[in-house]
Amino acid sequence: MYRYDEFDERLVRERVAQFASQVARRIDGSLTDAEFLPLRLKNGLYLQLHSYMLRIAIPYGTLHARQLRQLARIADEYDRGYGHFTTRTNLQFNWSKLKDVPTVLGLLADVEMHCIQTSGNCIRNVTADQFAGVAYDEIEDPRPIAELIRQWSTLHPEFEWLGRKFKIAVSGATHDRAVVKSHDLGVRIVRDAKSGAAGYEILVGGGLGRTPLAAQVLREFLPREDLLAYLEATLRVYNLDGRRDNKYKARIKILVHEIGIEAFRALVEEEFARIDKARVNADPQEQARIAAYFAPPAYQDLPEVSRKLEEAQIRDPELARFVEHNLFRHKRRGYTAVTISLKPIGGTPGDMSSEQMRVVADLAEKYSFDELRVTHAQNLVLPYVRLDDVAEVYAALKAHDLATANVGQITDIIACPGLDYCSLATARSIPIAQALSKHFADPEKQKEIGEVSIKISGCINACGHHHVGNIGILGLEKKGVESYQITIGGDPSETYALGELLGPGLPAEYVPEAIDKVIAVYLAERQQGETFIEAYRRLGLDPFKAAFKEIADVVA
Amino acid sequence: MLLLDREGAKADVWTRVETLDLTADNVIVALAQLRDALAARRPGQHIGAAIDNTERAAALEPFFRELALIVIAFPTGYNGRGLSIARQLRERGFVGALRASGPLVSDQFPHALACGFDEIELPDDSAKRQPVEQWLDAAQRISVTYQRGYSYGAVTNILEQRRAARLAGVGNNV
Ligand code: HEM
Ligand code: SF4
Repeated sequence: MYRYDEFDERLVRERVAQFASQVARRIDGSLTDAEFLPLRLKNGLYLQLHSYMLRIAIPYGTLHARQLRQLARIADEYDRGYGHFTTRTNLQFNWSKLKDVPTVLGLLADVEMHCIQTSGNCIRNVTADQFAGVAYDEIEDPRPIAELIRQWSTLHPEFEWLGRKFKIAVSGATHDRAVVKSHDLGVRIVRDAKSGAAGYEILVGGGLGRTPLAAQVLREFLPREDLLAYLEATLRVYNLDGRRDNKYKARIKILVHEIGIEAFRALVEEEFARIDKARVNADPQEQARIAAYFAPPAYQDLPEVSRKLEEAQIRDPELARFVEHNLFRHKRRGYTAVTISLKPIGGTPGDMSSEQMRVVADLAEKYSFDELRVTHAQNLVLPYVRLDDVAEVYAALKAHDLATANVGQITDIIACPGLDYCSLATARSIPIAQALSKHFADPEKQKEIGEVSIKISGCINACGHHHVGNIGILGLEKKGVESYQITIGGDPSETYALGELLGPGLPAEYVPEAIDKVIAVYLAERQQGETFIEAYRRLGLDPFKAAFKEIADVVA
Repeated sequence: MLLLDREGAKADVWTRVETLDLTADNVIVALAQLRDALAARRPGQHIGAAIDNTERAAALEPFFRELALIVIAFPTGYNGRGLSIARQLRERGFVGALRASGPLVSDQFPHALACGFDEIELPDDSAKRQPVEQWLDAAQRISVTYQRGYSYGAVTNILEQRRAARLAGVGNNV
């Protein structure tokens, strides 16, 4: 894992002092409220419905044990004993007090963490594949360039005041687990067909929200050394030409959509040609310096199969279920990546108590080379667990309600905070997630249904990724009551697709029944081995729509 | 209006004109009048151009050698388009003075300097609340930067420092 050097450390410390000064200047009237707002947002501080919320960056979802322990301490001393992991792999504390924030930022700096650019119209926290460095299908570990981009985008003088937020995701694998196409800019590590050299495919113009658009290819192959110059060219074109007349049309996706990808590409390439690349790019030694931090850990030579784990599974069917759902194929023989589900039946997706944080920090230290990952699906990962140790890890997780064996299953639901916390919400999302989780709680039923994703947002902004859920739920408000629109067919992966609407919105209490109908169509119609999304692609929307109509008619 | 640069407040020797009135020694004209103003320029007289942030560096490129000053308007503090225009002007070789004009906040001073601005022209309402000392503090509050090619004054570039350490053989290579 990356560790700060003296410069990284100094920058974060000075930034904390800068924020303290901004607060002081707001209080003494030097700054108006309107002037203070963007400064506060760039430090991750939001005003929600009931309180301030502090959003902490977890760059490319990578954490070490000491950091998670510090988050637990902050949760206990300055919040309400829990935190919320988000689809952008950040952590949010929902009950922050303005007066505590400089202290909390100091505590974060103590463990090489910060809230820089977790909000505001600037380049946000860079996200990545949660299995970076360990996935069987990886071309190259994306974390070194994610870190390079993190540094490059931090306090970038030219791009601190963009027209709107700007989100970057990186992936180094053949399968897309980072939802690259829903980002303003995506970087995929690819191999050049001719030379075999690794370089980057650059995608641009993705986004969800009220105008969901899939990112398009901007550059098929970018040589490794030119990454920063190319990002600079792209961001400059956006900063200059992106719309500023209407907040809802200010994302880069609208610019790309309005002028077309060819015209946009021409602008970027022209700018790129004029940039003095040697002046801007990081030199190869700097890239190597960062990459060295992500060298593989001291793996042992282990057999492919763990007899110990095989035997334990025979004795304990619940462990077997956990192994079936929560383990991910590792590139290293005898190891696995264990996903810790933050989706207990009936719980709040992504919430974690301080006690659980400490338990997981201990497990990371003992069993996973001190490292953890946060996933965009609001779960955690222990990336380097020996198969021999899985049963012990499972037992420790189970003792703290962290062993729910549902990763990728219908109860592994993504949900934004919604009307329980968020001032932009038009409806609640957490209670819908809880109701569905309870409704589909039976593990046998979940297994029968198999892989399917439900994603819930409490308003059109789509923080809960509803557009790309196999089943997407969007909470709206209709004449003063909450109303939920359901889409199906969304897909966040390399076979990216936006979901299609099933019919009119439903009151909350009808949602589980409607999802039941949709699932029933799938179960009745599926062919051997077909997942929900595969069946949907073959069958089309109509049979699902017909089944949905039975409920919609009852409501109407 | 308050005019300041990284040394502090300074007197404004420039006169901004709406029409093609070239009586003063240092005259700022709008882009539309630039060609005429340059043609009518007296020996020793300096001409500057004021542009909105919807203009592009390319429009000024033909006049780089004759222009002593370019003023870029910031309609609001949080509209950062002018930063990219300034950066482009510098990349393309403009060596005259660059002025940002508008209601910026002092925390933006380092951004403006890094992108190539020399001075800030601040409306009275902003200047009243944010005295010059705040701007000077802001310019040096963060003493290090990751972005190569944006360095100015007191700020240290992190990548250059690391490179120097490597060359000196004291790199902290993990
Ligand atoms: C105070 C709470 C929050 C506010 C005010 C907020 C605001 C917004 C807004 C306005 C958008 C739409 C942007 C656009 O369409 O241009 C958006 C999108 C998004 N937000 Fe949030 N959000 C909040 C919390 C969250 C949380 C908790 C998450 C993660 C669970 C999150 C992740 C995202 C994602 C993934 C998108 C969609 C992707 C995109 O197009 O940017 N946000 N948010
Ligand atoms: S989707 Fe809407 S309700 Fe949910 S967190 Fe985002 S802004 Fe809030």
